Amino acid sequence: MAGYFKNIIDGTMSLISGMIITNKVCWQKDITLQYPHQTIKMTPRYRGHIQLVKDPETGTHSCISCGMCQKGCPSGCITVKGEKREGVKGKVLVQYDLDFTTCSLCGQCVENCRPGAIEFSLEYNLASPRKEDYHFDLLKRVEEQK
Amino acid sequence: MSSVPFKDKLETFELNLGPQHPATHGVLRVVLTMDGEYIYDAEPVIGYIHRMHEKMGENRTWAQFLPNLGRLDYLSALSYNLGYVQLVEKMMHIEVPERAEYIRVITTEINRIASHLVWLGAFVMDLGGFTPLLYAFDDREEILDLLEAVTGSRLTYCYFRFGGCYNDVDDDFLQGCLKFCKRFYNRIDMYHKLVTGNIIFRQRMEGIGPIDADMCRRYGATGAQLRGAGVNYDVRKNEPYSVYPEMDFDIPVYTECDSMARYMVRMDEMVQSLRIIEQAVAKIPEGPVKAAKVPKMIKPAPGDYYHAVEAGRGTFAIRAVSDGKNKAYRMKLRSPTYSNISLFREASRGMLLSDALAMMGSLDLVIPDIDR
Repeated sequence: MAGYFKNIIDGTMSLISGMIITNKVCWQKDITLQYPHQTIKMTPRYRGHIQLVKDPETGTHSCISCGMCQKGCPSGCITVKGEKREGVKGKVLVQYDLDFTTCSLCGQCVENCRPGAIEFSLEYNLASPRKEDYHFDLLKRVEEQK
Repeated sequence: MSSVPFKDKLETFELNLGPQHPATHGVLRVVLTMDGEYIYDAEPVIGYIHRMHEKMGENRTWAQFLPNLGRLDYLSALSYNLGYVQLVEKMMHIEVPERAEYIRVITTEINRIASHLVWLGAFVMDLGGFTPLLYAFDDREEILDLLEAVTGSRLTYCYFRFGGCYNDVDDDFLQGCLKFCKRFYNRIDMYHKLVTGNIIFRQRMEGIGPIDADMCRRYGATGAQLRGAGVNYDVRKNEPYSVYPEMDFDIPVYTECDSMARYMVRMDEMVQSLRIIEQAVAKIPEGPVKAAKVPKMIKPAPGDYYHAVEAGRGTFAIRAVSDGKNKAYRMKLRSPTYSNISLFREASRGMLLSDALAMMGSLDLVIPDIDR
């Protein structure tokens, strides 16, 4: 019989100690942010979709159209095309498309890129109901970039 | 344990449990044959999100398969990353710099805590307690912020590389880890007061859902199931890898075999992970984080290779057969959750439905890991 009452007292105490903790947390500072009114800064290493790096000296990208990014990509979401032009050494990049619908952000392309021509962007507000919004023309993007 | 003499099969009815998940990214269906409130038979129906990861491993180069590993058990993705890169390093005889090994251990262990926190929150929520989920996610958020700053992603990490890590960690990360450890010791005490001591929780856990060592052996269950059944087995101790032999930590073992034992194993495991992190941060040497010589084209010598690691939910192992080409001939992924769900049918027989669900919560299932 003593065990019966002890159980009831212990049980009640355990519930009370739980309530004390909840009550304490009630008065603590908020830890949530009111997104989208409040946002946090993305860390520099954040992996968004890839983009061509704009070289401030030349004012353009440094892609040599070697196609190593395309080769290394596990999902085959990169299409690179370059062509030979008279008077220009090496190939000239004419197309750099990214199909972001299949990209898994592994970073193989960035690692494979010897001239360091691609990087991760810090963009994350990319939700869209249209599939076309995830097909990026990165060459056009870098040219339009100021 | 509740058991009832079963009536005629005609007296039973079928009940579909699921397929349901808030985000439907991992759905499990259990076809229950019920005798009133008691389970007569329970058949888990798996494969709703089968993605052929093993086949993908055989159709991609060794390096291209790397991002897939974070998508098996998305909650402890780094353990899976680690298992795979160590397998390839074993095949190719790549020496990993010591600093990289320490970074691997720190990030994997902190990821293990994050994984257990999701389990804790979801498990208590399964039992009807909503508040601990919010506290657990508060702690997990701290970890995700730390890992995001290093790996660049919050969930499906792809951080380790053959011969090292993607990039080096900075002092902010290491200090952040120590700060988190300090905070989390207090939080663990709070969880014990809030959840472990709770009378309702105890009544629903103690003596419920027995899974003994023999059942674990027959189904190949590992992780907290096995350690909650009194078997001292942890790959980190039994087949040590990376720099774990240099760390001083214990393997929590409970002999009660019930849901409470599995709960306590995971809670204690979080404390042990904190110990490992603290030691690793203190011992981490300076140096490179990538091996100097990693072959560009990975073409392992023909043969049969195997490597196992202790993931958040048990033993994760990969067996790969190479025929000397740049892709695997056969890639077998041994996921712990698949073995853990297999015993549910036998273990749940004769249990009350609500008890069986509590037991299922204590198995810590991650459905993408089952379906692969």
